[in-house]
Amino acid sequence: MSDTLLLEPSRASTIQRVVGGALRSREIAVAAVLVAVVAITTAKSHGFLFAGDNWRDLLVTPSILILLAVGQTVVIVTRSVDLSVGSTLGLTAYLTGRLFLDHPGIPIVAVFLAGLAFGAVLGLVNGVLVAFGRVPALVITLGTLYIYRGIFLTWAGSDRINASDMPRGFLKLGTQSLLGIPILTIIALAVLGVVGYYLYTARGGRELYAIGSDPDAAKLYGLKVTRRVLSAFVLSGALAGLAGVLYTARYGTVSSGAGYGIELQAVGAAVIGGVAIFGGSGTVWGAAIGAFLLITINRALPVVGIQDFWQRAVVGGLIIGAVVLDRLLTARQERKLVEARDKQ
Amino acid sequence: MPGPTKRPPVLVLRDVAKSFGPVVALRSGSLSVDAGSIHGLVGENGAGKSTLVKIVAGVHRRDSGTFELDGAAVDFGSTADSKAAGVAVIYQEPTLFPDLSVTENIFMGRQPLGRGRRIDRAAMRTEAESLFRRLGVMIDPRRPARGLSIADQQIIEIAKAISLDARVLVMDEPTAALSGVEVDRLFAVARSLRDEGRALVFISHRFDEVFDLCDTVTVMRDGDYVSTDATADTSVEQIVARMVGREVSDLFPKVDATVGDVVLEVEGLTSVGTFHDVTFSVRAGEIVGLAGLVGAGRSEIARAVFGVDRYDAGHVRIAGRDLRAHNPRAAIRAGIGFVPEDRRKQGLVVDSSVARNVAGAIRGGLARAGVLTSRAETRAAGPWAARLEVKTNALDMTAATMSGGNQQKVVLAKWLATNPRLLIVDEPTRGIDVGTKAEVHRLLSDLAGQGMAILMISSELPEVLGMADRVLVVREGRITAELDRDSATPEAVMHAATVTTVPAAGADTRTEVTA
Repeated sequence: MSDTLLLEPSRASTIQRVVGGALRSREIAVAAVLVAVVAITTAKSHGFLFAGDNWRDLLVTPSILILLAVGQTVVIVTRSVDLSVGSTLGLTAYLTGRLFLDHPGIPIVAVFLAGLAFGAVLGLVNGVLVAFGRVPALVITLGTLYIYRGIFLTWAGSDRINASDMPRGFLKLGTQSLLGIPILTIIALAVLGVVGYYLYTARGGRELYAIGSDPDAAKLYGLKVTRRVLSAFVLSGALAGLAGVLYTARYGTVSSGAGYGIELQAVGAAVIGGVAIFGGSGTVWGAAIGAFLLITINRALPVVGIQDFWQRAVVGGLIIGAVVLDRLLTARQERKLVEARDKQ
Repeated sequence: MPGPTKRPPVLVLRDVAKSFGPVVALRSGSLSVDAGSIHGLVGENGAGKSTLVKIVAGVHRRDSGTFELDGAAVDFGSTADSKAAGVAVIYQEPTLFPDLSVTENIFMGRQPLGRGRRIDRAAMRTEAESLFRRLGVMIDPRRPARGLSIADQQIIEIAKAISLDARVLVMDEPTAALSGVEVDRLFAVARSLRDEGRALVFISHRFDEVFDLCDTVTVMRDGDYVSTDATADTSVEQIVARMVGREVSDLFPKVDATVGDVVLEVEGLTSVGTFHDVTFSVRAGEIVGLAGLVGAGRSEIARAVFGVDRYDAGHVRIAGRDLRAHNPRAAIRAGIGFVPEDRRKQGLVVDSSVARNVAGAIRGGLARAGVLTSRAETRAAGPWAARLEVKTNALDMTAATMSGGNQQKVVLAKWLATNPRLLIVDEPTRGIDVGTKAEVHRLLSDLAGQGMAILMISSELPEVLGMADRVLVVREGRITAELDRDSATPEAVMHAATVTTVPAAGADTRTEVTA
C-alpha cells in the first residue's frame, strides 16, 4: 500500500511532457496574443506592418522597455520591486548627453560603460536600502524614484540635450539595422539572452527564485539572501542605465521628462509576461514578450480606431487579467496536486 | 548512562542551558546519541525539547553547558554551520520553496555543476531519483513542491539530509500530521538510515511510536534532564510518571460552587481534518478543563464553538437554544465570552487605551445616537478594571505598555463587561508571572462561584487539575477521556493525551486511517 501513497514519477514521454509544458506555458500564450494583435491590426490596416518604417519601428520601440522589464523581472522574482528605473533611465540619458558635450571625442564604448556603471550605482543604493533597511522595496524605490528625478531636474535645469550635441556615429546606433534587425533590438535581445541563460542555469539565478518563493526557507537553507537581493537591484539599475544610453541614441534629445512613468510599464510588462508579483516564478522571456505586447497594443489600438481612453483601459485590463489569471492558475494547480494526493 | 557504549556517542549535550530574557527555556538539558541508533526524546509541552533541538540545529546558541559532535566541542552560530557539520533537522512542518521543483528543493544552494559552472540538471535529476529509490518512495522529482503533503515534504527534507550525508538526523514531532501509512513509511526510512550507521533523534508524543521505533529514550521535564533508558528496559507507565513527576500544588484553589443547569451543549461537532465528533457540555458554576497536547485541536474546538472558525457538522446550544454557526456576534449576543490564546494579537487592540479595550465588546450599547465618547467608555470600563485590580495609573494608558498579566485582566474585563453566561478561556495564564497567575485563578474561581460556566483550555497540567471540576482530554481532534476531579491524576491525563489505545469515547484515528 505504501507504494501507491505518493504521486508516481511522471510516466509521460519526453515529447508528451514538452508539448504539455508548451501548452501550459505563459510565454507562448502571451506570444500568441501578440501575434494575434499584429495579425488583426495588419488585416485591418495593411500599412501597420508593411508601410515605410513601420516594421522597423515595431521592433525598435520595445527594445528600451525590454531592458527595463528584464531588470524588473530579476528584482520581482526575489519578491521585491524597483520603481526607480524610470528616473535612473532619465538620469543616465542626461549623463550620456553631458559626456558628449563636455568631452568631445569621447569613445562611444566609454559612454556605454559609464551609463552602465552609473545605473549600477543607483541600483546599489536601492539594494543597500532594501537589504539592510528592512523596509519594503516598494517604499524604498518609490522614494528613490522621486530623489533620482529630483537630482535629474536640479542637474539639468532647463537644459536640453539635442541631437546636434552628439556624434553621428552614436546617433546612427539608434537608426541602423543589421540584417534587417535594428541594432537597439539586437542589444536588447542579447541582454535578454544572457540574463535568461543565467537565471536558468546558474546557482545564483536559481537562488533568486528560491528567495522569492519563500524568504524564510531561503535563510534556513543558508542562502546568501542579502547579497542576492542586492545584486538583483544592481543589475536592474545597470540595465536601466544601459536603457538610458540607448534612449539618447534613439531619440537624440533628452529633456527632463525622459523615462517618466516608464517604470510602471516595466512592471506591467513583467506581470503580463507571467512574472508572479509575489516572487518565485516567471521568466525574462515572458517579461520581454510582455513588453513587446504592451508597446504593440499601444500602437495597434489607434490604427484600429479605438479611443485614447480605451487604449489605457485595455492595458490596465491586461495587467489585472494577468494577475488574476496567475492567482487562479496557482490555486488550480495546488488543488489538482492535492486532489491527486487524496486519490492515492 | 545505559545503552551500547562500544563507540563514543556521536552527539553529546550535557547540562545545556538557555534563557530568553527572564524566561528559562532549558535549565539543564542532556542528551547522548550513539551512531546507528534511534534515540527518543519525550516530555510535556514546555519541557525544553524544542529548545534543545534548536540549539543542535544552530537556530539558538546555548548559554552554557557542553555540546560535542564526534567528541569535538562545537558551537553552531547558524543553520549553515550545523548543516556543514553533518546535522540535519526535520521539522514538523518543513519549509520548502513551493514554486520550485522537488529536485531543486533538494539541491538548492549546492546544485551539481557541469561545464562552465552551469547547473547540470540531468545529473541533479538522476541523483534525486536515486535518492527516492533508496528511500523506497515515489515522488516525481519534476513536480513543484506546492501541494505536497506534509509527509512528502518530510521525505524531501530527509532526502536532502541524506544527500548532504548528515550523520545526525533530528526529527521534531515528524508524525504529528501523518496518517498511519505515512508513519509506517517514515519509520521504514528511519530504520534503514539507522542501519546505515547514522544517529537519529526522534521526538514524539505518541508513546507507542517511541517504543516501536526507538532504541533508547530520554525524558525531559521543565527544562531538565530526567532519565535515559533503553526502551526494552522501561515501560510506558514509567515514562509517563517521569514526565509528569511533580506535585500538584495548592496554588490553584477552586472553590466549590453549586453546579446548575447546562449552559453549553456541544454535540457531534466535526471539522474535517481538525476535530471529529466532539460532544460535551458545561454547566453553570462549573469549570471544565480542556487538556491535551499543543496541536491536539483544543483551541480549534473553542474557536468553532465561539463561531470564529467554521465547522462541518454538529450543533452548539446555549441554554438549550441552537447557536448559529460561524457567527461570533451571535455568540456574544447569546452570552459567550472568549479570551483567546494570543491576547496581544487577538484579544487586545494594543495601541488603544485600557478603557477602549474594556469597552470594546459592549461598544454598541454605549453609543448615544451613534456617537461614542471616551468619557462613556471610561465610565463603563472603570468598575471592571477596578474589580480586576488592573494595575494601571489611568484608564487612558495604552494596553501595549502593560505587563502580560495586566493585559490578560483587561481582556477578561472586556468580556465580563458583556455579562456572559459562558466564558471560554484559552491558556489563561500563559506568560504571566506567578502572583498574577494566582489572581487570575482566583477570579475564574469566583466567577464560577457566581454561576458562570467556564471552559478552560490549558497546557499546564497542574492548572487544569487544580482548577477544573471536570477534565476533557483531547488527542488528535477527539475527546479521548472525560475525568472528574477525583480521577483526574497527571498520569491519567497524560495517558489519555498521548497513548493511542484508550478505552474512551471516540474511535481511534490511526486504526481508522489504516483500515
